[in-house]
Amino acid sequence: MTKVGIVGYGITPFTKDDKKIESVLLDSARELFRNNSQISRNDIDAVLVSTNNNSKYLSPILSEMAGIQPKIAHTIESSCNSGTNSIVSAYSYIASGLADLILITGAERYDSPGQILEWDNSRGEYKHPIFWASIFAKSYKREFSISDEQLAIVSVKNHKQAKENPNALSNKTYTVENVISSKKLTDDLRLLDCSRPCTGGASIILASEEKTKQLTDKPIWITGIGQKTISAGFTKNNSFSSMESTKLAGQTALKMANKNFKDIDVAEIHDAFSVCEPMALESLEFSAKGHGMDMINELYDTNNFKINPRGGLIGSGHPLGATGIAQTIEITQQLQLNAGKRQVDNPRVGLVHNMSAAATSSTVLVLET
Amino acid sequence: MNFESKLNEGEFFIPECAECKKIVWPPTEFCNHCFGIVTLKKGPFEGTIMEFSRQNEQYFCLVEFEDTIKIIANISKTPTIGQKVKISKCGISNGNYFFQVI
Repeated sequence: MTKVGIVGYGITPFTKDDKKIESVLLDSARELFRNNSQISRNDIDAVLVSTNNNSKYLSPILSEMAGIQPKIAHTIESSCNSGTNSIVSAYSYIASGLADLILITGAERYDSPGQILEWDNSRGEYKHPIFWASIFAKSYKREFSISDEQLAIVSVKNHKQAKENPNALSNKTYTVENVISSKKLTDDLRLLDCSRPCTGGASIILASEEKTKQLTDKPIWITGIGQKTISAGFTKNNSFSSMESTKLAGQTALKMANKNFKDIDVAEIHDAFSVCEPMALESLEFSAKGHGMDMINELYDTNNFKINPRGGLIGSGHPLGATGIAQTIEITQQLQLNAGKRQVDNPRVGLVHNMSAAATSSTVLVLET
Repeated sequence: MNFESKLNEGEFFIPECAECKKIVWPPTEFCNHCFGIVTLKKGPFEGTIMEFSRQNEQYFCLVEFEDTIKIIANISKTPTIGQKVKISKCGISNGNYFFQVI
């Protein structure tokens, strides 16, 4: 089985712009090809589009707009982790020999229909994500005696880090007091605890080992993949203070890469809401159960960007279909020592955690130089 | 008779497989264990509050029934973890299920 590498990427700023989804798709693909003139569009075997948008036939549309005539072209949707699902699909096409060079483009509008899972009627009238996030937050705070003020540091940290990310939706910094005094959505969730839906796109190109070596002198390899789906419905979760799908996906990815959490130098974590960051860090075994906030506090106090260097979803914004790809681009930039003011010290191994619908499913990728 | 038609009439039944007797949730036509036909078990059922929060003045809680199924429901008084409740009102409004417990 061939190794699969990342040979190029393109990303544009996340905004609240009211743009057609086709334009959002093209923006990041255009950026990619303009910055990677060594990649010929004639060599692209597949174009995969990651989005929750309801428009049809978007991959052939993107292909036509970008002047590509691929063998394989289709859309992949899996709610908030559509992006890494697309990367896994592309990996599989390359590893199987069906393709050598694949463009993956994720895009979303600020009004994405993917934010609400209409099917999940067990949530009753409480289908908006803020309600599962409130249950998670209440459960986590109760079990581990964490206060709202302690949890708010996640938002403070990630907004601070997003300020160094030119593509982030937010360029403001906040204090714990700002987070606590922001609009109260429920007893357990403030506005600044939430990632915000936005308009954004991100593109990446994956290649076979041979093509990767031809096209870049800074290859980043995808060495671990783990995925797990527990259910679709939020209420099927057995725990509301940990993430079972994340734990299992993380174990699978690290085993495939022959690594453990101590080997990870930098990670993108799916902080859809503040509470998700400590829960995910614990489920991925970066910290012991109930001690995720200790790690986050230490990182914040020492100005260490190891977790969510681009500002996470909270600071960067969350254009659903683009998020997993943007996370993967961030880790790629980090490993290539190309992350500017966000750069972590000499990382060799990175991890991407991307999940959907209250962690009912998760994808974890391990990337290496 | 199916789960949604009864819910629409304000009645809460628990879907159960006619063959293997497992509870099927969310309600579907066929059992997700053995693909047997799903029938409805009549209540009343006692639920247990697993977690809760509040939006404005309205509490909402995660309630478990029969140690198997969980729903999110309204509750008017301040809830407590482990509190035993029963469904006082339910139905379908604008395509969404709704549940209220006391």
